[in-house]
Amino acid sequence: MPLWRAAWLSFTLVGTLALSGCGQQSTLDPHSEPARQIETLWWVMLVGSVIAFGGACYLLVIAWRRPERTGLPVVGDSPRAIEATVAVFGIAIPVVALIALFVYSNVSVIQATEPPAPEETAMTIEVTGSQWWWQVRYPGTPAITANEIHIPVNTRVNIVTEAEDVIHSFWIPQLNRKVDSLPGKPNRVEIFADEPGRYLGSCAEFCGVQHAQMDVAVYADTPERFRAWLDNQARPRPTPPTPLARKGEQVFLSKQCASCHTIRGTSARGEVGPDLTHLKSRETLGALTIPNRKGYLAGWVIDPQTMKEGTKMPALDITGPELQALVEYLERLR
Amino acid sequence: MTTAEYRAQEGTVDPGRLAERARPQIVERGLPRRPGGWLQWLTTTDHKKIGILYLVATFMFFVVGGVEALMMRLQLGAAQNTIMDGTTYNGLVSLHGTTMIFLFVVPVLAGFGNYLVPLMIGARDMAFPRLNALSFWLFVFGGIVFYMSLFFTPPEAGWTSYTPLSDDAFLPSGGVDAWIFLVHLTGLSSLLGAINFVATIHNMRAKGMGLGRIPLFVWTILVYSYLLIIALPSIAAAATMLLTDRHFGTAFFDPTAGGDPLLWQHLFWFFGHPEVYIMILPAFGIISEVLPVFARKPIFGYKAIAGATAAIAFYALLVWAHHMFTTPTATVVLAFFMLSSFVVAIPTGIKIFNWLATLWRGTIVFRTPLYFAAALPALFVIGGISGVQLAVFPVDWQLHDTYFVVAHLHYVLFGGSVFGIFAGLYYWFPKMTGRLLSEGIGKLSFWVMFVGFNLTFLVQHSAGLSGMPRRIYWYPEDAGWEAFNLISTIGSFMLGIGVMITLVNVGLSLRKGKRAGNDPWKGNTLEWFTQSPPPENNFDVIPRVRSVEPMKDIRREILEREGRPAGSVAQPMASRAS
Ligand code: HEC
Ligand code: HEM
Ligand SMILES: [Cu+2]
Ligand SMILES: [Cu+2]
Repeated sequence: MPLWRAAWLSFTLVGTLALSGCGQQSTLDPHSEPARQIETLWWVMLVGSVIAFGGACYLLVIAWRRPERTGLPVVGDSPRAIEATVAVFGIAIPVVALIALFVYSNVSVIQATEPPAPEETAMTIEVTGSQWWWQVRYPGTPAITANEIHIPVNTRVNIVTEAEDVIHSFWIPQLNRKVDSLPGKPNRVEIFADEPGRYLGSCAEFCGVQHAQMDVAVYADTPERFRAWLDNQARPRPTPPTPLARKGEQVFLSKQCASCHTIRGTSARGEVGPDLTHLKSRETLGALTIPNRKGYLAGWVIDPQTMKEGTKMPALDITGPELQALVEYLERLR
Repeated sequence: MTTAEYRAQEGTVDPGRLAERARPQIVERGLPRRPGGWLQWLTTTDHKKIGILYLVATFMFFVVGGVEALMMRLQLGAAQNTIMDGTTYNGLVSLHGTTMIFLFVVPVLAGFGNYLVPLMIGARDMAFPRLNALSFWLFVFGGIVFYMSLFFTPPEAGWTSYTPLSDDAFLPSGGVDAWIFLVHLTGLSSLLGAINFVATIHNMRAKGMGLGRIPLFVWTILVYSYLLIIALPSIAAAATMLLTDRHFGTAFFDPTAGGDPLLWQHLFWFFGHPEVYIMILPAFGIISEVLPVFARKPIFGYKAIAGATAAIAFYALLVWAHHMFTTPTATVVLAFFMLSSFVVAIPTGIKIFNWLATLWRGTIVFRTPLYFAAALPALFVIGGISGVQLAVFPVDWQLHDTYFVVAHLHYVLFGGSVFGIFAGLYYWFPKMTGRLLSEGIGKLSFWVMFVGFNLTFLVQHSAGLSGMPRRIYWYPEDAGWEAFNLISTIGSFMLGIGVMITLVNVGLSLRKGKRAGNDPWKGNTLEWFTQSPPPENNFDVIPRVRSVEPMKDIRREILEREGRPAGSVAQPMASRAS
């Protein structure tokens, strides 16, 4: 039956493709010990699975292709032998394989992926999910930012995550497992990056309209760069250097912006939206929805709903000159 | 049908013992006249008519759910696609998942059960025919109430309706309420149906049909019914609590007032996981009927399969928290649920090997029902294996709520349940209508569906492994997920076409299909003893059952009396039906 062969061919073709999981937030490209452990476990299981699946398909194809002929090549066709085969492959081998898997994952992998005791790690970061962005705090410093987490490379970092409204899930696939961010129930996970770079993640628990655009990025920096970054984040906003920027700050404080956003060093103390004190030190806006460039920023301020459908930031009445001043001001918040 | 007709059709003229046992006919006299035309469908309490109503209604919902799926696939076919916005997509996900589960798979199995259980156990109707009609209409009204939400706002919280997202603070529109009413109405429908099945199967079996001789499909319907009875109260309670949270100021699930959103997850999955076995076990039952008939040999390990079914159902009640591995949970609890999930895999593996052993050395008759039935083990093994992988909680910590799970659940529900349902459709259509479905179109449909299905869902494993979360309406170009999604979208349209081909087949064969006769496949079970379609009272004479394959006994008896060698009953049938 040539159709069988065609089906088989397409199956293996798609299968090969299926295995080549890749991309910049792939679980199969780990950059930390826990993520690597899980990856190894996954590959081990895949090998076992392919054998099991292959065996089942082999038996099925044999039964299909050789009707009325005698039993299996090796096993023969006595009912006893067939019963024994069913018992061995259907019960004995699965039981042994599953026990081995249970022991392996509980004894070995769990050790690596357990969240660390807080005092064990070099630092703790608090990440709070809200519809649809992440607030990032560095306890012990005044630094607060959003969606872009900076950590020192090769350092174990304790993430404590919670949610402000509905359930979200914090997940950086290359750095470690995901943990749910629940309202009122802190959850913890260790992250670690073995190489400087940018590691992407997405919210992994369905949380409403913009669940799709609630991304998060971890920047692993060298310790010196990280220090410098954190020191800057801890400072109040830079004083607006130009008259236009000063006008922008007035606009910001007089419009509703201040009721939702905090800019440290001003009277803006809102807590609904992201802290904008060092807005320009971020690469993206709206939980990685758009790049943080002047045009996009202006677009966001004037009409956030078009940039990100459903976002909790409303479009406000802002005139052209006000917008110009606002953007000039925000652009200087480095 | 009468015994005489049966013999006439088999070409035997025999004063046989069967006729001697015939009971007096029930004669209708002084009964109110039944309405004719379409009204008879509205008022019927005949289990066969209700079964057909179930099948027609559920397949309509299947088409609706399929269209919703294809719309989603269209949106996901390209990165940064703008065909639809997030609200629409989230509505579609919720409608699709809910429709497929509550309005297709669970009730379509009730439909097969309704039609077949009385026939297979040699009864003249279900135990409570009116309750049966009530079940059906509750199900229909559940579906209507749910789809009415399209006129205002559809539900947008997924088929799981996790709190607090589904609370009024976040989704104030009536969509979630429509979902709650659907859960209540279809839940009540299933509950009444389940009680009816249990009563029927325990009390109305033909003489000689001990519990150890009931057809495996009937056995799985029995287990399905018990599982429904155990699991449904949990979701009914949870949905009621959600309703009062939303409208009457309670705070069961509201964390800002001392409630616990995780309570919802426990209550939901205590129902939700048994639900997946509710959806798969009767499909297993269907192929346990189909495989031996087309392999022309008895099912291998009848007792093992029946026992494994019961074991799966029991363990299904102990695994619910494997859906909650990413919530803060003590490691011992994680390990317990990992282990209990593993345990379910063992009886499942036993079944798979029993089916394979049934096919081995069989005299295989290559008919469409067998194609669908033989594909099920292969596809279900993939879904089962990925299920074991997800039960390993460190791996689930990575793959939970990604497309890997979407792939897993479709391998189980589509590759398992739906392929089983299609096997059942091709197998029993001749009994229900008196006509065979076209073999050529049927096989074409099978191959298009088989290839389309694997194209659609195999690559989704990779999308999940490369970090794509589920339930997203949009993904950026540089995420590296576009190729997987494009393949998946192409596959899904192929799958859709494959399903359409079968629907066309049904339409054509209803009018032009070959006459089936009473027993086109040389079946093993009692439904093949009566006419196709069966008369209203099912059987004039209910034969005594002497084994798990009563029809074989009956054929043998007849041939023996004719003096033909008894062995020839096991031979492949003459190509009467092809
Ligand atoms: C009702 C509260 C509210 C008001 C008023 C408001 N915002 Fe926002 N803003 C938000 C929220 C919530 C977000 C996060 C949106 C998201 O990512 O989904 C946000 C995001 C932003 C961002 C992007 C920050 C980042 O890092 O992603 C900027 C810039 C911003 N707002 C500027 C403004 C300005 C300027 C005004 C006044 C004209 C303003 N906002 C008024 C709530 C508000
Ligand atoms: C025509 C074939 C089908 C296609 C193309 C298809 C496609 C999809 C898609 C695209 C999703 C959304 C994934 C996401 O965004 O997370 C989905 C979800 C789902 N599908 Fe299907 N599907 C099909 C058939 C079925 C069947 C037959 C069933 C059940 C019997 C089913 C059950 C589900 C469930 C339960 C969900 C999850 C919904 C949720 O997340 O709330 N699907 N499917
Ligand atoms: Cu989310
Ligand atoms: Cu489950």
